Amino acid sequence: MKERVLDSSADGQTSVQLRNIQTRSFDTSDKAKTMRTIIATLQDLGFVVDKADLDLGTVSATKLNGYALRMTVSVRPSESGKAMIVRANAQYNTTPVNDPKPYQDFFVSLQKSLFLTANNVD
Amino acid sequence: MKKLIACSAIVGLLAGCVQPIPPEALQFQPDNLENRQLQSRKYDIKSEKELLSASNNVLQDMGFNLDESNMPLGVIVASKSRDATEAGQVAGAMFMAFMFGANAASYDKVQKIRASLVTKPASSNNPIAVDVKTKSGKQIKFDQQVPVANSYIVRVTFQRLVWNQKGVMTKIEGINDPEIYQEFFDKLSKSVFLQAQNVN
Repeated sequence: MKERVLDSSADGQTSVQLRNIQTRSFDTSDKAKTMRTIIATLQDLGFVVDKADLDLGTVSATKLNGYALRMTVSVRPSESGKAMIVRANAQYNTTPVNDPKPYQDFFVSLQKSLFLTANNVD
Repeated sequence: MKKLIACSAIVGLLAGCVQPIPPEALQFQPDNLENRQLQSRKYDIKSEKELLSASNNVLQDMGFNLDESNMPLGVIVASKSRDATEAGQVAGAMFMAFMFGANAASYDKVQKIRASLVTKPASSNNPIAVDVKTKSGKQIKFDQQVPVANSYIVRVTFQRLVWNQKGVMTKIEGINDPEIYQEFFDKLSKSVFLQAQNVN
């Protein structure tokens, strides 16, 4: 049960690797605009928003298309305050999504809508 | 929410455990734009807050219960549980039961319909063309959208989850029937009008 609760043995992936896959930084200081763009992007991709909280900076959404794909996207300002750090994690039916490709696709869609480039976070 | 988790679990079982995520799940598809148009409508109204309130009234008119809302982001999430039986399907199930025993019969019994509604300020048809060079020397061109005063866009999306008479999930799908959206927006137009007139 411990492995399921903590997802501790995710194919030998370390949490640092997972964070790299799931995180991008965008050069904007506008949190609300970033979040609204995330919501619009999710809607474009066929998701229905489940929850959104501007203070906490989180959006959860689900795509039902014969499968259930659930995503939570969080937004927080970077230390300098000049960028927004966007992190997304997804579950496909009952499995976590650890493959980099779907996240790349998501961030490509997001940066198109934000008119900003998604930078990797160190 | 418990139901949602339970259904994801059931879907997981149906789909088999190691089913990978479909490659197109998070990619822009041509029908994404079509759906955006189907699901969006522009309204002239004083504030985003009034539009959200008018939208909430329409959802309540349709029997939805509010699950979640966030005014600063313009988000409302609502749902309702309804009967899902259709005469044809029940007749089919009875036939199956007659031929192959009661266990072979399956017909849709209950459905949960979810609506999520998002508002945003509308932008004008004359965006500002921006042409800038970044620090790293990359030339970027894009159209900066200009927000229009007193004009907002509503985008609503419906989904449904269906269970059969045995409580097993049979369908999870987005609803993309143009008529449903058309009627929703017609009702919202009226609601927006009433809101502007301050009539209840």
